[in-house]
Amino acid sequence: MKIASKIYLFLIFGILYIPILTLIFFSFNSSNSTAVFTGFSFRWYVELFNSPETFVALRNTLILAVLSALISTVIGTAAAEGIYRMRSKLLQTAINSVTNIPMMNPDIVTGMSMMLFFVALAGILGITYEDMGFTAMLISHVTFCLPYVILSVLPRINELGDSLSEAALDLGCTPLQAFFKVKLPNIMPGVLSGMVMAFTMSLDDFVISYFVGSSNFQTLPLLIYSMTKKKVTPDMYALSTLIVIVIFVMLLISNFKSGKKVEKKRKAGGVK
Amino acid sequence: MEIKMKKKNSIMRSIAAAPHIFWAILFIVLPLIIVLYYAFTDSEGSFSFENIVSLGDYAPIFTLSVELSVIATFVCLIIGYPLAYIIAKAKPEKQRLYVMLLMLPMWTNLLIRTYSIMAILDDGGFLNTLLGTTMHIVGTKGAVIFGMVYDFLPYMVLPIYTCVSKIDKHMWEAASDLGCKPIQVMTRVILPLSMSGIISGVTMVLVPSISTFYISQKLGGGTFELIGDTIERQFVTGALNTGAAISLVMMVLIIISLTIMNRFSDEEGGIIV
Repeated sequence: MKIASKIYLFLIFGILYIPILTLIFFSFNSSNSTAVFTGFSFRWYVELFNSPETFVALRNTLILAVLSALISTVIGTAAAEGIYRMRSKLLQTAINSVTNIPMMNPDIVTGMSMMLFFVALAGILGITYEDMGFTAMLISHVTFCLPYVILSVLPRINELGDSLSEAALDLGCTPLQAFFKVKLPNIMPGVLSGMVMAFTMSLDDFVISYFVGSSNFQTLPLLIYSMTKKKVTPDMYALSTLIVIVIFVMLLISNFKSGKKVEKKRKAGGVK
Repeated sequence: MEIKMKKKNSIMRSIAAAPHIFWAILFIVLPLIIVLYYAFTDSEGSFSFENIVSLGDYAPIFTLSVELSVIATFVCLIIGYPLAYIIAKAKPEKQRLYVMLLMLPMWTNLLIRTYSIMAILDDGGFLNTLLGTTMHIVGTKGAVIFGMVYDFLPYMVLPIYTCVSKIDKHMWEAASDLGCKPIQVMTRVILPLSMSGIISGVTMVLVPSISTFYISQKLGGGTFELIGDTIERQFVTGALNTGAAISLVMMVLIIISLTIMNRFSDEEGGIIV
């Protein structure tokens, strides 16, 4: 049984990783074939780094991801606090359901609805669609990041309860002080994980950006898409390899950190 | 007077949610209303049922999309459940390693993953070169299903893993002490208890599979079209009214199936309790 499960794990992870490893392998190919390996070279990496397009796309992606993470975290955390303090259960449910729409809906529908919205908005404002390029993209990204932030903050607020803030109020804090000095530090882990989630969601999004975006604001996923439209060129492989490596390092760091945390808890007798 | 004070207080209490409510109405609800508007008007902007009626032409595409994505979801469940179970039963250090191994492909952009399979399976691709064969894989239904399974398997495994690993270890012992055979422990105790994980896994695989256009574009080799491709084509060619109508139908279909699935999982939960 033990051996059978090991073989099963090996098999599935093998299938999951073979395509990614093949891609990394051929990114070092000296010819532009992605089927026959003709020799080791950094040619495609050099070509990638020499193209200004890559850097513009990388810069755009990062700006977009950082801004959408920040904005959705601020609005989302405030929203979670507001939803928690609402007296009407009905209103709470209604707000939660509307918030979750972009999460439940297929990306393609969200993308389509956003695009139609901005087409209409451009018409009303009397500007061209391209003028809104970045703004439209940012608004869409914040919109689909919001449910993830609220989902990770709200349980923390529910868990914390009211007693701490009430104590702070009794001791003379204003409501704002009570929130920023007492509540926020306590729910910080939820806020941070929501922010990280929003950041990665924005970084990774292709479908919604594809529908909402216009030619003057290119992100990495959009660049990859346009690369795969052309005839096969391994510079897309080189770019993908770099992305996979960055993700791998980020995962290793977060895994190492959470491992340390578990270790600490175990030493303190917190974990069985 | 006092009531008035209370009411004001109640609004003040939740004022923090105001920016979000404003945002949600403006950027979630309003865009959906605009989709409705586009779906029920023609290109000149006058009211018409034409888009909705013409959807009949797309019935085969809808059927094909549902067929492929349901098969892919089912395969993911069959492959993913044992995987999640094995991971949940492993030692804690091993568990973290396996979860990380699942997250890496999940965090890698879908375009990259899909493209990498295409490069392997293509007619002149790596697999055929390696084996010296001329298998025609890309352009078949099988290739598209494989792509969906490959891309979305981690979304099935992770929620089931979370669910199974939370099941109290004593459940196994209690069930076998009470005379359950190992298979009965599985079917009568563990499987029902992991139902919420299964439901969220199924949702997370079904929704992106049914709406994909990149996987079918790359692995379908342009031989057939799914709903996602149709919407994308309407978008590229500027036939926004038809595109909106198809999006609307897809959204309604998905809302209906999610509601049914949630109802189902609630009932299951009810039976256990």
